[in-house]
Amino acid sequence: MARNPVTWLGSPTFPKAAHEALADTQLRQNLRKATGTIRGRRAAAVGEMTDWEQLRVAGEQIKDDVLSRLDTLLLQLEESVTARGGVVHWARDAEEANKIVLDLCRAENAREVVKVKSMATAEIGLNEALEAGGVHAIETDLAELIVQLGDDRPSHILVPAIHRNRSEIREIFQRRMGVEVSDEPADLAEAARVYLREKFLTAKVAISGANFAVADSGSIVVLESEGNGRMCLTLPETLITVMGIEKLVPTWQDLEVFLQLLPRSSTAERMNPYTSVWTGVTPGDGPQRFHLVLIDNGRTATLEDSVGRQALRCIRCSACLNVCPVYERTGGQSYGSVYPGPIGAILTPQLVGDMHDPQAASLPFASSLCGACFEVCPVRIDIPSVLTHLRAEAVEAKGRTAESVAMAAAAWVFREASRYEKAQKAGSLARFLARDGRITSLPWPGSKWTASRDVPAPPSESFRAWWRKNRG
Amino acid sequence: MASAKEEILARIRNAKVPPVAPTVRGYDREGTGGVELFAERVADYRAIVHVVTDVPEALERLKGKRIVAPHDVPAEWLVDGVTWLHEPLTIEELDQSDGVLTGCAVAIADTGTIVLDGSEGQGRRALTLLPDYHLCVVRVDQIAASVPEALQRLEPTRPLTFISGPSATSDIELNRVEGVHGPRTLEVLIVG
Ligand code: SF4
Repeated sequence: MARNPVTWLGSPTFPKAAHEALADTQLRQNLRKATGTIRGRRAAAVGEMTDWEQLRVAGEQIKDDVLSRLDTLLLQLEESVTARGGVVHWARDAEEANKIVLDLCRAENAREVVKVKSMATAEIGLNEALEAGGVHAIETDLAELIVQLGDDRPSHILVPAIHRNRSEIREIFQRRMGVEVSDEPADLAEAARVYLREKFLTAKVAISGANFAVADSGSIVVLESEGNGRMCLTLPETLITVMGIEKLVPTWQDLEVFLQLLPRSSTAERMNPYTSVWTGVTPGDGPQRFHLVLIDNGRTATLEDSVGRQALRCIRCSACLNVCPVYERTGGQSYGSVYPGPIGAILTPQLVGDMHDPQAASLPFASSLCGACFEVCPVRIDIPSVLTHLRAEAVEAKGRTAESVAMAAAAWVFREASRYEKAQKAGSLARFLARDGRITSLPWPGSKWTASRDVPAPPSESFRAWWRKNRG
Repeated sequence: MASAKEEILARIRNAKVPPVAPTVRGYDREGTGGVELFAERVADYRAIVHVVTDVPEALERLKGKRIVAPHDVPAEWLVDGVTWLHEPLTIEELDQSDGVLTGCAVAIADTGTIVLDGSEGQGRRALTLLPDYHLCVVRVDQIAASVPEALQRLEPTRPLTFISGPSATSDIELNRVEGVHGPRTLEVLIVG
């Protein structure tokens, strides 16, 4: 069987990747600012609900109900979608799903397709597979577009370009769109609007994910903010939706829980600007050909684990990322997967399904078990318990080594982070201490070796970069 | 060889997940909000809100503009002095109009949301997407207090669009910026 593209080929283990990320102070600054903002706003959006805990309990129970009768509900969904003129496809793994989508694009003679942000298609590496097959997929969500144009990788579930600040985004847009633009968020958004408008108006095929699928009505639900989703779901003639088999809710009524839990947990809004719901094909309104691709890709294996299966309740809100102290310091890319942060630490290794894979096996150790993720999770996934459970599996698969013991204490992330911060401060201080371009004494940690020799002063680069380059 | 469908279903059954107790819906399904809360919450999204008694009079604001309107909006809404654009309209014509006028199916006070379902006075989905300005008329009796109440009033198999303020993005440093691909201006007339 082909490897599961949920992890990026060649990614180092979490501790190795994190060491590099921790050294990137710009990244940490961008992340601290962004997650700090969203944490506060989420707390306010949740705080105004008097029945939040009851909603969370209902969310948990509805999803557990889905997992307990997934076969029946999937068949029901297939029947309702088919009855309304849609076509349902099933895919065991990423390779099979990608082939289905590529064949559908080819059948429409589409060389270019527009895409709505979707975790499922990112998980299976659909864009790369389409590209290899001669079909170019254009990401239309602003953050996805930033990642795509920057030849970059995502670092967050909701805001894949969260690691980029406005001036970095400006640079990417100027370079790739060939336009002059300021670094004001409003101007950058306007640049994206102009860039994508023509593509929306001419695309014949769109590809989307799904936040929810309602088994009894066959309705598919997509939540978004920018209107790029509506463009893709409304204008093209053909719509292909790719979703994990666990994205179901049994009834239309169940959505009343998730349409309250998800927006407040993810974008910290009472409601996101746009939510689209469609069922099969509606004559005279929207795409007249609709394909639904249901993907397993490690989910049924996850379902077998009585402790780990709760990860399949996840509605991809990203609240757990935003509160995670490890994520805030290491950034999303250290996790080597489209699913970073606490949910990534428990979902990715299960989807990979091989604890002998050192990268996947290192992920459950990417946590300090502080429990903040469980507190905010709108479907009450007990992430710390699953982490502990998966750590035991990883240790068992590997044999207990010094590395696994060291990794078990994610405290090193904090130690490293604060060491870099101290070093950074020491660096700026060093410039004042320098006389005639030489430094004779440095505060710790530089002092460790200024004691033994004189060193040239760091001129403009950060102390950390300079230190690394010069320590020999 | 088993088909993908058969194999996936077999794997699910093989996982033998035990059945669970029925869902406890201990949350508030009623809500208490009305017109006032709705108006306040729509305005929070930086949409423009007016409470009016006379729709035609309020529509004076459209004078001199080229406005799309579904063919089945109330005849009195089609006031003089506006160039009304009716279906069939191409994507380009919609894109080049000055705005669109519609009614709605349901509104939600708790969240400041309007919901379109393509029935009377709303047209197909592209109508409220491509024009840069959307003027939506909401009758007081269409306002549901809560999300649960609103969903109950809706028919899930219709194409539904839930709209909460103008299009927006928070993708740059998580700062909210209004106006990306959908209408950049949303104006709501609440008819009391
Ligand atoms: S695990 Fe919970 S908090 Fe994290 S993304 Fe999923 S639903 Fe949200």
